[in-house]
Amino acid sequence: MTALTYEQAMEQFDPVFGIEVHVELNTATKMFCGCANEFGAEPNTQVCPVCLGLPGSMPVTNEKAVESAIRLGLSLGCQIRESSRFARKNYFYPDLAKDYQISQYDEPTCFEGSLDVVLDDGTVVTIGIERAHIEEDAGKNTHVGGTGGIQGASHSLVDYNRGGVPLVEIVTKPITGAGARTAEVARAYVATIRDIVKALGISDGRMEQGSVRADVNLSLRVKAGPGEDQNSVPFGKRSETKNVNSLRAIERSIHHEASRQAGLLLAGEPVVQETRHWHEDTGSTTPGRSKEEAEDYRYFPEPDLLPVEPSREWVEELRGTLPEHPAKMRARLKEDWGFSDLEMRDAVNADALDLIASTVAAGATPQAARKWWMGELARTANDRDVAMRDLPVTPEHVAELQGLVDEGRINDKLARQVLEGVLAGEGSPAEVVAARGLEVVSDDSALEKAVDEALAAQPDVLEKIQSGKVQAAGAIVGAVMKATRGQADAGRVREIILQRAGVEG
Amino acid sequence: MTAPHDWTRLSAAQMAAAMKAGEVTSVELTQAHLDRIGAVDGDVHAFLHLNTEGALATAREVDEARAAGEDLPPLAGVPIAIKDILVTRGMPTTAGSRILEGWEPPYDATVTRKIREARMPILGKTNMDEFAMGSSTEHSGFGPTHNPWDLDRIPGGSGGGSAASIAAWEAPLAIGSDTGGSIRQPASVTGTVGVKPTYGGVSRYGAIALASSLDQLGPCARTVEDAAMLHEVMGGHDPMDATSLNEPVPGCVEAARQGREGDLAGVRVGVIKELSGEGYQAGVEQRFEEGLDKLRALGAEVVEVSCPSFEYALAAYYLILPSEASSNLAKFDSVRFGMRVEKGTIERTMGATRAEGFGDEVKRRIILGTYALSAGYYDAYYGSAQKVRTLIQRDFAAAFEKADVLVSPTTPTTPFKLGERIDDPLAMYLNDVATIPANLAGIPGMSLPSGVAPEDGLPAGFQILAPAHEDARLYRIGAALEKALAEDWGGPLAALAPELEVS
Repeated sequence: MTALTYEQAMEQFDPVFGIEVHVELNTATKMFCGCANEFGAEPNTQVCPVCLGLPGSMPVTNEKAVESAIRLGLSLGCQIRESSRFARKNYFYPDLAKDYQISQYDEPTCFEGSLDVVLDDGTVVTIGIERAHIEEDAGKNTHVGGTGGIQGASHSLVDYNRGGVPLVEIVTKPITGAGARTAEVARAYVATIRDIVKALGISDGRMEQGSVRADVNLSLRVKAGPGEDQNSVPFGKRSETKNVNSLRAIERSIHHEASRQAGLLLAGEPVVQETRHWHEDTGSTTPGRSKEEAEDYRYFPEPDLLPVEPSREWVEELRGTLPEHPAKMRARLKEDWGFSDLEMRDAVNADALDLIASTVAAGATPQAARKWWMGELARTANDRDVAMRDLPVTPEHVAELQGLVDEGRINDKLARQVLEGVLAGEGSPAEVVAARGLEVVSDDSALEKAVDEALAAQPDVLEKIQSGKVQAAGAIVGAVMKATRGQADAGRVREIILQRAGVEG
Repeated sequence: MTAPHDWTRLSAAQMAAAMKAGEVTSVELTQAHLDRIGAVDGDVHAFLHLNTEGALATAREVDEARAAGEDLPPLAGVPIAIKDILVTRGMPTTAGSRILEGWEPPYDATVTRKIREARMPILGKTNMDEFAMGSSTEHSGFGPTHNPWDLDRIPGGSGGGSAASIAAWEAPLAIGSDTGGSIRQPASVTGTVGVKPTYGGVSRYGAIALASSLDQLGPCARTVEDAAMLHEVMGGHDPMDATSLNEPVPGCVEAARQGREGDLAGVRVGVIKELSGEGYQAGVEQRFEEGLDKLRALGAEVVEVSCPSFEYALAAYYLILPSEASSNLAKFDSVRFGMRVEKGTIERTMGATRAEGFGDEVKRRIILGTYALSAGYYDAYYGSAQKVRTLIQRDFAAAFEKADVLVSPTTPTTPFKLGERIDDPLAMYLNDVATIPANLAGIPGMSLPSGVAPEDGLPAGFQILAPAHEDARLYRIGAALEKALAEDWGGPLAALAPELEVS
């Protein structure tokens, strides 16, 4: 079987895909109990009889989570069911405390929506939304010994802190017609979902922490012949790649799966309907469970909970709280900020729009804000392998830093040193400037003294300038900058040198 | 009658009054019951766990509070037994299963908390069929309970321990749980009173779930008034149970008082036609008919009603219950609590633990339920059963148009012999034919003694059913009938039981 590129695969086949996105809600408490819903606590410290599934315990629905789910559903253009039921999804797994997950099955709270997704070049693709339902998360297994995987581990530990955290699962309808742009559409769709949940304030939207995670379904079918309707060609067998947790990984996983499936089909081998695991390191997938091995979840209505029955008035009230659609917001910001397509796309992909917006709100110009976040700070985050928003620097810091530059109190080179200080936790930019003594020397007498000393050390320079070789001043500027440890305003130094030489610059 | 100093022979109401009057202390009462347990429980085996120290400590606190002139709740100081299905902090809780042997819950059930707040000394935890699956306690993982009327006979189930403890004068009151009759059928076969409240009337939080849509906790007592008092302690809205009714506790005690006045003029009593005839023991039917005569004599109008869908109740029940149970019992997987039989992998450990920890009846129902919920079978089994449930609710609604309460014998027969039906699940299930419809419809029901069957001298029960939320009606009619019958018996029926040998 020869390996195909994504482009080659797309030339020969028509892709059909669908995405399930899980959004972890940021409610104060869990879905069915009063435990704190917080990421990163010591294992099994945010648990109670309910989320540990102790005998006798019972769930109670978190109304705030229902509210978040309805607002999300409305943002996806969904209808909100007048009465929806929770259901039990039964399967045995150690991280699932009750050995069933409370989810929704035949009666999801939100259904039948659609979402417009804008691609980088402005093309708008409408994605059909099948449903958005409410469910609880499972705990987390850690395998000890061996390579960290379950194979070869000596034992496993379970942390139930995440067990019972509220989730909304958004399921698309099958998406057809994207052709070679499938991977791009998929990425843009997930980015839009991420931006919506952040704008709604119902989730932190952090893919790297699993707050937004995607399962990608993909199948290929033969391309319709001339005069044939592509929609009359039946779908092929699909694979479902689980837990694809970054925008880049979504594109890569689709590239990989399309190539893999095309290779099989061209070799006359069947595509197996199965779940597949995504491997970030190799950029490839490996088989999980096949359809034949798939569990029968024995769904039935959860008898411990009443149906979710939001009043129409409440739903309309919630509709009134919806923020601007991310695509609209993006278009508005792009215009307000005067960003190019490329600048905008990079900012979206880096999940930096809100950081830039906050920096602008704190007083920086859009270009300055973009320059810092997409430049120095993006590099630092990358070096430290953390998200930009986790760096110990706030948009207010960045705006203040730029303000110091604009006032001429520091120059660009000093600004980078100041930023280092902020990142090292030495305080605000102004505090770092003060503590490190980094302010630009703007006192002319000090500069004049330094210039005179430099001229005295290189007596031939003055002569060269006077004879018309003005560029010779550079040597003196360099010497002065060195003597002032970079804190001089180079332009002003140059002016003083030229004054001394009796020539106008 | 026994000597008056035997405090165990009083009703709970009488005990409360005696303490209030300073005739007895809670410590004396509690000790009397602990002594009685020590004397007879070797034969009866009503208790799985005794809370001797805890009970006496509560009793002492109540006595001190009373001496200090504190205001106390009505049943303060009256001891109580709790079915082992309720979780109790500081006391083991097994639900009658080996899989939970040695587990001490880190929290109290809502009803446990209410019992503590009512300041009632908890004597211990009572025996039951494993996870409340059974009608005889023979499915307990810790050996059966014996009927105090005849130690060779079943005390009913699943709450045989609670009913037997009351009938044997080991406790004046007990908590039971009723999924298909587990309070009422044991009451019937031990000559005691048991009530299943309206679904949602008592919080289920902390009651180990059998079938969540059917389970309901309720009081077990020797008199209707005692049951009413305990019902009011247990009942009420609980934010921890989403299915709990958000309405005031019914006025059970007042209704019982009204009933004892003996005037049932204008009350329409509906006899359910389908719950008689074939399979019903002659003496049970005879006592039931006499009960009806008493009600007529008190002024009630007795009419016949028909509930044709009851024919399908047992079948529907044995689909819904196992389905829900198969899911509820999944959590017993060895990971977080209870028994663990270590094998090489988690799958094998879970399997081995459940194979060893669960008894046959539990396995039988898990298999049934798993099958009924499986893809391709769901509509035919679980779906159809839910439709039957709706039909039964309609039957009740129609019947309650014609009558204020409905009545039937609680069980078709007096208690059968231990071992008699253990290998015939169907015969065992038939024992609950009259009690199951109330659970499927969520309505309240009471069983009170109708007398002893002439042919075997064993107790029979009289069941009263009321519309949802109308629990008080049970107490009014029940108290009226009880008073009329007790006048003939010269006291509570339990006093007619042969005396147990005391060790």
